[in-house]
Amino acid sequence: MSAVTGELIAQHQLTPAEFERIVALLGREPTYTELGIFSVMWSEHCSYKSSRLHLKKLPTRGARVLQGPGENAGVVDVGGGWAIAFKIESHNHPSFIEPFQGAATGVGGILRDIFTMGARPIAVMDALRFGTLDDPRAGPRNRRILQGVVSGIAHYGNCFGVPTVGGECVFDPSYSGNPLVNVFALGVFRADQVFYARASGPGNPVLYVGAKTGRDGIHGASMASAEFTEESKQKRPNVQVGDPFLEKLLLEACLEAMATGAIVGIQDMGAAGLTCSTCEMGSRAGTGIQIELAHVPQRESGMTPYEIMLSESQERMLLVAQKGREEEVFRVFRKWGLDAVEIGVVTGDAVLRVTDHGRVVAEIPNHALAEEAPLYDRPHTTPYRAAPLDGPAFAGLDLRADLEALLASGDLCSKRWIWEQYDHMVRTNTVRGPGADASIVRIKEAGVSLAMSLDGNGRYCYLSPREGTRLMVAEACRNVSTVGALPVAATNNLNFGNPERPEIMAQLVEAIEGMAEACAKLETPITGGNVSLYNETLGEPIHPTPVIGVVGVLKTAEPLPLEFSRHGLAVILLGGLGECEPRRFGGTQYAQVILRTQWGLPPALDLDYESRVQAAVRALAAEGLLDSAHDLADGGLAVALAECSFGAAAIGARIELHSEMRPEYLLFHEGPSRILVSTARPEAVGEIASTHGIEAPVIGHTLERRLSIANRGVALVDVDVAALRSGWDSALEKMLEG
Amino acid sequence: MKFGVVVFPGSNCDHDAFHAVSHNLGRPAEFIWHQAERLGDIDAVILPGGFAYGDYLRCGAIAKFSPVMAAVRRFAAEGGLVLGICNGFQILVESGLLPGALIRNRGLKFICREVALRVETTDSPFTSAAASGRILRLPIAHGEGCYYADESTLDELEAEDRVAFRYAGNPNGSLRDIAGVLSRGRNVLGMMPHPERATEPLMGSSDGLAVFQSMVSALALQR
Repeated sequence: MSAVTGELIAQHQLTPAEFERIVALLGREPTYTELGIFSVMWSEHCSYKSSRLHLKKLPTRGARVLQGPGENAGVVDVGGGWAIAFKIESHNHPSFIEPFQGAATGVGGILRDIFTMGARPIAVMDALRFGTLDDPRAGPRNRRILQGVVSGIAHYGNCFGVPTVGGECVFDPSYSGNPLVNVFALGVFRADQVFYARASGPGNPVLYVGAKTGRDGIHGASMASAEFTEESKQKRPNVQVGDPFLEKLLLEACLEAMATGAIVGIQDMGAAGLTCSTCEMGSRAGTGIQIELAHVPQRESGMTPYEIMLSESQERMLLVAQKGREEEVFRVFRKWGLDAVEIGVVTGDAVLRVTDHGRVVAEIPNHALAEEAPLYDRPHTTPYRAAPLDGPAFAGLDLRADLEALLASGDLCSKRWIWEQYDHMVRTNTVRGPGADASIVRIKEAGVSLAMSLDGNGRYCYLSPREGTRLMVAEACRNVSTVGALPVAATNNLNFGNPERPEIMAQLVEAIEGMAEACAKLETPITGGNVSLYNETLGEPIHPTPVIGVVGVLKTAEPLPLEFSRHGLAVILLGGLGECEPRRFGGTQYAQVILRTQWGLPPALDLDYESRVQAAVRALAAEGLLDSAHDLADGGLAVALAECSFGAAAIGARIELHSEMRPEYLLFHEGPSRILVSTARPEAVGEIASTHGIEAPVIGHTLERRLSIANRGVALVDVDVAALRSGWDSALEKMLEG
Repeated sequence: MKFGVVVFPGSNCDHDAFHAVSHNLGRPAEFIWHQAERLGDIDAVILPGGFAYGDYLRCGAIAKFSPVMAAVRRFAAEGGLVLGICNGFQILVESGLLPGALIRNRGLKFICREVALRVETTDSPFTSAAASGRILRLPIAHGEGCYYADESTLDELEAEDRVAFRYAGNPNGSLRDIAGVLSRGRNVLGMMPHPERATEPLMGSSDGLAVFQSMVSALALQR
């Protein structure tokens, strides 16, 4: 056994104390292979060692939750004997190093998490963050990263055959050296046919299926657990290469093999590949797994045990079959032309034992890897921020020009250039695709539809991680409610900088606590998710960017459109005009795009009021009283009105307000808990709103072709809808293609 | 009358075609595995969209060697109705059942959106239920859908009234706006747009039903 040096320990991103702990757990020094295994299993990415303590604060239970965090994906009952599995996961670091493959394999990884559970993936969404595209220095690179990421997602999802039904894309200089690619996937299955990643039954054979193992992606999990430096570009070989066709075969073969009844447990080989799947499957079942590496299908010759155990080659699964029924499983994989070999056996001793041509190269008690991983209560102080509390004096000179500029800005413009590259219709279940408040996918078999929305707001969270996260949860739920669906559960992706810095750790802690509070109030338990830390390049952290994916159930298949559909309808602002004080204006898009600065705090949120507004819009939708509904978010009232006017019919509105707010606040403040609806029955809407205890002023009516907004008789904006739309629609294409 | 939907390992619109025929059209349908050497008891074949064998080489280049395509060729030679949608169209041109080629979209990007499609001929078993010149709203979803052929082939297609559909607003650079072509016997149609994705109001359009209804009428006449 070779001596383990301090240098070798550091290369594996283990601290001296962590190494001591390994020695204590094993009762001896680890072998080189064992050191590699510990380094990936104890990496931030796999062990959640900095966040675990705080993640426990999140609500995870609910009447519909069949499976919470801890499995490959959360599972929720949607009625009629049907269930859904969904989760979000990040592939941030690989997407910076190699945008196309990094993003493609991000899609591949989360899809495997879903069908590992036995569910057929029916929808994907993405939350993307890039540096600003017009940055004089980093702009060209940011554009190249965006183009690579989008075509990578398209390449994988389109070929696999899952619709990419929505998502969001936001720009900020803090993501310039650290883009974020968070991919959400959702699948459907019978509620009594859920498969778990458990290696039950000593004596059962352990099978390896799918792609051969190569040298790609070795130490991907540890790479994702470190900051970027100038040397990071040399890590390109750490990024895996995806094969969506193989994944599609794997999907069909796995679902078919599961249907034979011969499969006991199954887990995909994602981060930390064979290492993670073997020890986690054993650990969850209280068993051990013994594997022989000589049996592992290999793409390259001369691979060492260390390399085989740490490879992150894509499109591979580990499964445990019932002893004596292996042939049934092999038959299915042969039909789909896939490698399937027996590489080991389940044991009763709770030890992960790896042999190479009969020689033991690793022998580690499962609990040492999975449960004894370090757990840190990292110091946290006050969240990092550099923005002042008070902003500059300003006066909007031309509100119409401001509105046009906002609609053509990176965050608010149409993302059609992106989502037209995604097949968002395959499987013919997409009832509402990209561009809506929430995307809607029907489940043909179950007779229900699902609404889903991804949301994150780094700007708000930078100003206040706690308040920003509450706002983001509220908005994602509001999006789902706005189409008439009841939010039932959520998944989260926590993207932050280096947790070893107390002011960054404070961002993480406060965001989790804010999320816990909002999810509890809005009854959307977190059923799983992902944490991505060390999103820093050369010491520059990203904005704290928690992202949430909220899923809701819609009983009818007929969702509410976002856009005004005909003239002469009353326009009502559910929730009211709200209010705004100077400090609460500093996180708005107006401050960022028009004033080019940031200050103060995010908008104030009353969760109780928010929940009543959402209940009201769901009730109104269920009564069939609404013609359209659109929630107010970034850009405030004026931007929402514009978006409502961008339908095929080009129906705008005449809005007459009576407010004492200054016009910039009135048009562009981003106070939450507001939904813009159009209706032919304003009195009935008002009655239902008042039973929910919310304001619902009639602020105008729809009309053809124009959008005009006046306050106390003074015209603020009066514009042709088609002209407004064209700037919004073509902005991203112009930024990308010149 | 029964529709057969071919399943290549990488087909991903097979279930959509099956749903369109069996549920929205209300006609029996069955899947045909790519290794089948015989099509069985069916009256029309659909080659669905997807990425038949991954299509890393050239779309449809490998599919043309599959056992099922030998059976499809025989079926077509006997006058059987064959509809190739998207990847199915690519496979039909690779197999030589239709002329021309499908190359990368002019903009080099995958495009998924609804397009307007003009019916150019009603003299075919796939378009008889639609009025000539009628505009159908159907989705496209492809990266390699730019129809290409030499000038004389294009002239011949037009002279023989074999252009079934043209784009009204060309999305991908297809020569002469061609979106769908017929075989000389008029019993094989290849088209890039997806009629099966427009067969019920919930999908946003039901215009695609015209294609399937035409096939049903043609088969009824054959009997």
